[in-house]
Amino acid sequence: MDKFFSGQFLFVGLLFAGLALYPLFGSSYGLDLVSKIMIYAILAMSLELLVGSTGLVCFGQAAFFGIGAYIAVLFSPESESASLLWLLPASILAAATYALFVGALSLRTKGVYFIMVTLAFAQMAYYVVHDTKLGGGTDGIYLYFKPILGSVIDLNDAKVLYFFTWVFLVWTFVFLAILLRSHFGRVLAGIRINEQRMRASGFSTYPYKLAAFTTSGGIAGLAGFLFAVKDGFVNPEMMSWHLSGALLIMIILGGLGHLRGAIIGAFAFVFLQEFFKSPAIFGDFAKHWQLGLGLTIIACVALLPKGLVGLPEVLRKRLYGSRQPRDAQVVLK
Amino acid sequence: MDLSIFLIQCLNSLQYGLLLFLVAMGLTLIFGIMGVINLAHGSFYMIGAYMAYALSPIVASAFGGGFFSVLIIGLVLAVILGYFLEWAFFSFLYDRDHLQQVLMTYGLILVFEELRSLLVGDDVHGVQPPDFLAGVIPLGDVMTYPVYRLFISAVCLLLALGMYYIFTRTRLGMMIRAGSTNREMVQSLGIDIKLLYRIVFAAGVALAAFAGMISAPVSTVYPGMGSQVLIICFVVVVIGGIGSIRGAFLAAMLIGFVDTFGKVLLPEAAGVLVYVLMALILLWKPDGLFKTS
Repeated sequence: MDKFFSGQFLFVGLLFAGLALYPLFGSSYGLDLVSKIMIYAILAMSLELLVGSTGLVCFGQAAFFGIGAYIAVLFSPESESASLLWLLPASILAAATYALFVGALSLRTKGVYFIMVTLAFAQMAYYVVHDTKLGGGTDGIYLYFKPILGSVIDLNDAKVLYFFTWVFLVWTFVFLAILLRSHFGRVLAGIRINEQRMRASGFSTYPYKLAAFTTSGGIAGLAGFLFAVKDGFVNPEMMSWHLSGALLIMIILGGLGHLRGAIIGAFAFVFLQEFFKSPAIFGDFAKHWQLGLGLTIIACVALLPKGLVGLPEVLRKRLYGSRQPRDAQVVLK
Repeated sequence: MDLSIFLIQCLNSLQYGLLLFLVAMGLTLIFGIMGVINLAHGSFYMIGAYMAYALSPIVASAFGGGFFSVLIIGLVLAVILGYFLEWAFFSFLYDRDHLQQVLMTYGLILVFEELRSLLVGDDVHGVQPPDFLAGVIPLGDVMTYPVYRLFISAVCLLLALGMYYIFTRTRLGMMIRAGSTNREMVQSLGIDIKLLYRIVFAAGVALAAFAGMISAPVSTVYPGMGSQVLIICFVVVVIGGIGSIRGAFLAAMLIGFVDTFGKVLLPEAAGVLVYVLMALILLWKPDGLFKTS
């Protein structure tokens, strides 16, 4: 049980507590920004389940996100609020169903081929909403009445929406943390490290991978639902490969193989963007914000091989352990 | 669709396919052979196109102009850039997780895009083809076809053949192929694998930049042109089978025809056709058309 209070859980607990307290002093802009980041964090964790935990690099996560969002808007009645009770499950189910279909086919391939097949299926979904009348084309569609649950939860209120998102952020983290520690999660880890050996020890790996893929798609659909409700608007860009790419960048930046890495990565990525975009700090140069972001990312790759999660370890070595390697070198000579 | 339109579309498909092959060949070297997932490849293409635009007035004042001197100077600069990039940003990444390279090349995209914006600005530019290639060839009674597009196709074909020769018939090509199969073994046979990789990387960058330069008069030069090319190049390399030059050639041709004719015959579904094609091919052959290993 003492592991439960160790650094990593303490960090995540403090982060969640801080996020819960934030609406007390945050501005409405800040509230919107943090809601957005929390949704990205949920989405990044869904991808982490595939990339960091199972070793399946999916380059089409934006499609499941987009499907969840589009279902939330398309299934809402035009002149009244839909009930959360069926709209949210519908979004998740639709995204998970597409993930089941995509996963069933694309898991036949491996490695880079898998990356590209998932991209292909995501692009197909993208072009369906981009080029047909089904989802309002390139203009996207608006959601005028956000879903409610009786008189208990009314997502038209920004603070209610914030806490609603927060609850799902915590739920996703806890759910995935338990899942990865279960028998199922250990099998996924085994597949990541050596799939051949897992098969040799009697595991049929395909159903496990497919289950992980479908679960991940469902969680991405949940994030899509939250995003559509937050913005009250969906457009095809939510499904573009740029978002899938940015999500991969978030989880690699945060540190693969750790759930909290996905959360840290989402926060770091969006905060860095906002920081370099801020005219208050950079003045006219703020319009060249990508330069600062790019250089920071390059510096992270060079200095932090394990991502931001590895930062404490690197600092500890710098501060306390710097003598040890030098001594070791002397011995070698 | 009558015969002359059909012929013109065939020529367009051919030219698009060949150009795609030229960019994708650089990616085959960097991604297929060296195993670096290089998202910045589109940026190298963009850099080439901008060099064709920005270098021509400088070259004109220094050497009295000339399309080919711009090409040669641009090519030399691209090789230097590639050599430097490999040394500064990639040489320490080979032992790490491959996804670290994704992060690195993503950072490079952002940096290149902003440097381009700072140095040349965000405007769309046109580049003139040289005078002796600016004409058109009549096809039938009313149709014409620009000479410059034929010139692009010819250059791409020559380069394709040259690369194929270097790759399959020379000692350098043999070392590269061996290096892609087993790095340590090649090193223990006394070949400087670091230098070899640096050369391969520089060649890949140079090919992408060259494709950018040579296509600049046809496609115009605009911000974001790199990301347009990037994904389609990965599609080409993967359909063809990673690391296979023959496969990349066939895949580029296939995509050239499917995309061009798709835009004419099924304009609503043109965007998605390429991806449907890729999904079908990879589900039919999970290792691409030409498996190398």
